[in-house]
Amino acid sequence: MKSPAETRNFWLLAALGGLVTAIGLGAWHYMEVHGHIVTGMDNQVVWGLPHVFAIFLIVSASGVLNIASIGSVFGQSAYKPRAPLSGLLSVALLMGGLMVLMLDLGRSDRIIVAATHFNPTSVFAWNIILYSGMVGIVAVYLFTMMERRFNPYSKHAGLAAFVWRFILTTGTGSIFAFLVARQAYQSALLAPLFIVLSFGWGLAVFLLVQSSMFAWTKRHLTPKVERRMAKLLGIFIAASLYLVAVYHFTNLYYARQTAFEAFILRDGGVFPQLFWLGYVVIGSLIPLALLFHPAMAGEKSTAIASVLVILGALAWLFVFIVGGQSFPLDIFPGHLLTSSFGDGQIAHYTPSLPEFLLGLGGVGAAFLLTIVGIRALNYMPPDDYIAPQP
Amino acid sequence: MTPDPSSSSKDTGDVKSGRRGFIGIAAAGIAGVLLAPGIRLIEVAQAASPGAAPAGANPKVRWGMLIDTTKCTTGCTDCVTACSKENGLSGGTSKTDSQWIRKIEIKEVRTGKTQSLPVMCQHCAQPPCVDVCPTGASFKRADGIVLVDKHTCIGCRYCMMACPYKARSFVHEPLTNQNPDVPRGKGTVESCTMCVHKVDKGESPACVSACAAAGHEAILFGDLNNPESEISRRIRSIQTMQLRADLKLDPGVSYHGI
Repeated sequence: MKSPAETRNFWLLAALGGLVTAIGLGAWHYMEVHGHIVTGMDNQVVWGLPHVFAIFLIVSASGVLNIASIGSVFGQSAYKPRAPLSGLLSVALLMGGLMVLMLDLGRSDRIIVAATHFNPTSVFAWNIILYSGMVGIVAVYLFTMMERRFNPYSKHAGLAAFVWRFILTTGTGSIFAFLVARQAYQSALLAPLFIVLSFGWGLAVFLLVQSSMFAWTKRHLTPKVERRMAKLLGIFIAASLYLVAVYHFTNLYYARQTAFEAFILRDGGVFPQLFWLGYVVIGSLIPLALLFHPAMAGEKSTAIASVLVILGALAWLFVFIVGGQSFPLDIFPGHLLTSSFGDGQIAHYTPSLPEFLLGLGGVGAAFLLTIVGIRALNYMPPDDYIAPQP
Repeated sequence: MTPDPSSSSKDTGDVKSGRRGFIGIAAAGIAGVLLAPGIRLIEVAQAASPGAAPAGANPKVRWGMLIDTTKCTTGCTDCVTACSKENGLSGGTSKTDSQWIRKIEIKEVRTGKTQSLPVMCQHCAQPPCVDVCPTGASFKRADGIVLVDKHTCIGCRYCMMACPYKARSFVHEPLTNQNPDVPRGKGTVESCTMCVHKVDKGESPACVSACAAAGHEAILFGDLNNPESEISRRIRSIQTMQLRADLKLDPGVSYHGI
């Protein structure tokens, strides 16, 4: 039985999630009627803010499943009771991300064509299979965890989800890694980079959801479990920083890439600012300090660190996606270019409100699905919290 | 694509076999009613696309262009104007306007040498836009012309990310006064079609004719597979280059004088 207060809170949160989702759908309708002219995107920066949100949600969806994998695949008992929430969040984030991705299409009304016409050489087409497969596998995994009769199969389902998740994030990274045209991409490093980024982003989302759920019910994690998860987040942040550094160092080593690196790391205005201040300082160094410094470490610091990691993730994705497109194509190496089509010029992209709202709508949808899922599946990590004092 | 075979077998089943049989037939019928128009529409769309047109593109031909930059003049945009007129483009040059062909002024950093030349879809033999398109809307005809099927393009813009020549434009606004020969669509991607509707009638692309009419004759159009064609002879006898040849995409457009 749920208490009246719990029921009221559920409906309030569900209404909030529904409202944000509805605003996102409204923004999509506006873009659908007027065309992408009402966005900041153009013929040079063809993917903008919606893709930043969508890729964040999709990559986090993969990473958040890590919690379940650590429990069922690697047998860590502290993570096992968290596996259902991990699976639920994974499906919710994936749905939210796909919603944004699909509604940003120029012809989102034709989404069924993506199912009836399949181009086997397209990384996008592979991802259609990877995303829908992920939802299916995680659903089976959740079922084996929640239905007592199928518990023995849970480990196998968990392993399948673990493997699928790796392939899925490899696929997401490969959307960019296989692009020979633009200097920001075309690197095999992007697949492992996206996988490592997914660990940190997914865990940050998980910790934030978990701490919110505990806070609403006035419960606390045991310090041991709290510390353990905080340290894991710290390790993921450090690993991400390392791979991002390797990606930029490799580029800096190649003479043909130095102009692009100078743009993205030093001269490119908003992009270096977002990279250094947004991703490196706010999204990585401050969280590391919050998680590891003895004077700061604690439940609250972990929650703040998780928020900062998410903000840093959005900053990094903006630099990666928009910054990568803003740098002009090198059609005539060794030449300066001018034309009526922006050749040789740095593109300036200013996101519009509908784009932002569409992206936010995806977050709202993920939130709504999570809230409903938690309520319907009656989920709360049962074994290691300190109950509220009377 | 064929209709659901279960619908035909169910249709011939025993209608009097009670509720279960009735439900089965009804379900199959509904499935048929729901699926058949979709399948039909898709077939019609495929038949209407140039790649599947009965007249078909000739696989023995590979259409291409040779652009002589020594004959192309700074300030002349006759090819661009002709393209816009032929294909029903607005001719606008805002960041969201479609530009299937544009004039680029290039200046070599090392020597300061300047040149003016047109750049459009390079009609690659190995087109990245075709590789990445999730629905196969981006396709290459048997005669080497790279096109977008407006019926199956979902507007994901992945091809625009993949094209090393920035050859593609996205239709950002509703369109009016379209040229019936050149269907376009809001929310889909488009690019130079090498004036396929003219080429199929044995004519030259609009930019080629306009350049010749202006007296420059900087763009030569022809069959790269025919060793006797003018374009093949010229490519054999003068120094030419393909843009971003390092990518090994084998573009159908070559340049002389860069």
